[in-house]
Amino acid sequence: MRTPSRRRRVDVVFWLGMAWLTVVLGAAVLAPLLPLGNADDSVKGLTAPIFASPEGLGGAYPLGTNNYGLDVLARVVYGARTSLLVALLAVLIGTCVGGLVGLVSGFVRGTTDRVVGILSNALLAVPPLILLIALGTVLDPSVRSIAFALSLLTIPSMVRLARANTITVAQREYVLAARALGAGRLRLMLREVLPNVVLPVLSLAVVMISVLVVAEASLSFLGIGIEQPRPTWGNMIAEGQGGVMEQHPYIVVVPGICLFLTVFSFNLLGEKAQQRWDPRSAKL
Amino acid sequence: MARRFLLPLLELVAVLFLVSIGVFLLLSLVPGDPAIAVLGEGRTPQEYDALRAQLGLDDPLLTRYGDWLGGVLHGDLGTSLVPPQTDVLDRIARAFPVSLELAVVGLVMALVIALPLAMWSAYHQGGRADRAISAITFGLLSMPSFLIGIVLIAVLVNTLGWFPRNEWVRPGESLTGNLSHAFLPALTIALMEAAMFTRILRNDLVTTLHEDFILAARARGMSPLRIMVSDALRPSSFSLVTVLGLSIGRLVGSTVIVEYLFALPGMGKLVIDAANQGNYPVVQGAVLVIAGVYVGSNALIDRTYGLLDPRTRRAHA
Repeated sequence: MRTPSRRRRVDVVFWLGMAWLTVVLGAAVLAPLLPLGNADDSVKGLTAPIFASPEGLGGAYPLGTNNYGLDVLARVVYGARTSLLVALLAVLIGTCVGGLVGLVSGFVRGTTDRVVGILSNALLAVPPLILLIALGTVLDPSVRSIAFALSLLTIPSMVRLARANTITVAQREYVLAARALGAGRLRLMLREVLPNVVLPVLSLAVVMISVLVVAEASLSFLGIGIEQPRPTWGNMIAEGQGGVMEQHPYIVVVPGICLFLTVFSFNLLGEKAQQRWDPRSAKL
Repeated sequence: MARRFLLPLLELVAVLFLVSIGVFLLLSLVPGDPAIAVLGEGRTPQEYDALRAQLGLDDPLLTRYGDWLGGVLHGDLGTSLVPPQTDVLDRIARAFPVSLELAVVGLVMALVIALPLAMWSAYHQGGRADRAISAITFGLLSMPSFLIGIVLIAVLVNTLGWFPRNEWVRPGESLTGNLSHAFLPALTIALMEAAMFTRILRNDLVTTLHEDFILAARARGMSPLRIMVSDALRPSSFSLVTVLGLSIGRLVGSTVIVEYLFALPGMGKLVIDAANQGNYPVVQGAVLVIAGVYVGSNALIDRTYGLLDPRTRRAHA
């Protein structure tokens, strides 16, 4: 008797999460068109009050200002823009590169497969955040290079998943039949195998988004990622260190809640995607 | 026998070798001149040239890699570029125990929190406690560790004053002092892992509790606690062990963040400071050591399946 009511409750949470994602994505895309305050011009910020308390929607600073007099609402919206842009770009690169490499190495097997396996094991041998820090030592902290660094995190697991799925699919009878009908390797890979590998890979991609949003935030929190005054949720939360949060909790609370809700919503979406598209790996 | 132990070992060495190439190549691309990083600006060109020659920066890349790897194999990771110009290995040897303690205490705390919660949750499957625990743990999984940490510091340290402020007491100086300083950072590390462990173990326990041997134990009149601990726990712990292996990477990450947040002198602080200063010998050495420990501990965890589940022992051979 309990199960139906429980399912409905979970769905309400799910749709709330999707609503939040729509709002955040919409705000991030439309940020330049919205009537927002000063997000990153610290010279203009000199004339604004610092650490102004949140005033609500009617006021001049709806969510307050930070220690440079920059508008927290504007920063949180532009922060969403940066964070989501970096994470989505990285997932896109990782999915395309990792998925293709996995597809080819699972289909061709042999030496190619072995080399790819060793290379992706070597990438997995360095813990993710350490890899990012090492890359951060070298790369300049721009959106493009951070997205590239983050995509390296997703590639090995993408390769593994795509490869494993390719191997099982490639043994099916219909692939054999297509081969008997004279289809070439490329056609077999793209027309017969790929459509059956895409969905599990996509579901992992959705799960990866939330992992990468957290990774990007951690990196800019540590001061290695995208730098001030350009806002990201990570470096906004870092502003609360050293006793600032105790006096002005909103400095951490505002970006913190945005980060939490976004990661939470992407986790819900990822769970749904895995249940539907890749039931085998939907363990959690 | 030889196949079982030698092959994984060889693979491990190959992977570490690749990592060493990667780390070396990557950091030899560091923008900016290391000589300027060491001496500062405003010296004569001759002084810079002399230092570059001394550091071997004029040699071809392959020679430099050979020299570096030769040094690494002899336990010499080079010297720090930024003053104090101490031996990199010494600095790692001082920092490593701090990180190890944090990670191990964090992991133990996570298990101490997760085991009873998972058992409670599985026993009352579908009940109010189960649903509450499920919701809370799902929420915790969406909390990055630096967010948990910064909130814990603001509330428990700076406002309520329950815990001492940032500093580190080595266990040699005072064991209780050490533990009281390690508690909050370790808790920060533990919370997210505990959430993950609880969910995994609870799901497996629920499956195990439907087995016939549990029914038999119950029919013999054994108490729920006894059934949980002595009958259900072991067959339910395989996924947990897998996740434990996967979580070590995340554990390293949260240890790094927690050290930065609490200003503790561990590997994470070492690496982040070095990365910010462009002090590449320290980054190289630290990344190599961390990768070695990480790969080694994952290999060890792979071995424990055999201890837990006799069926997998034959599959390995």
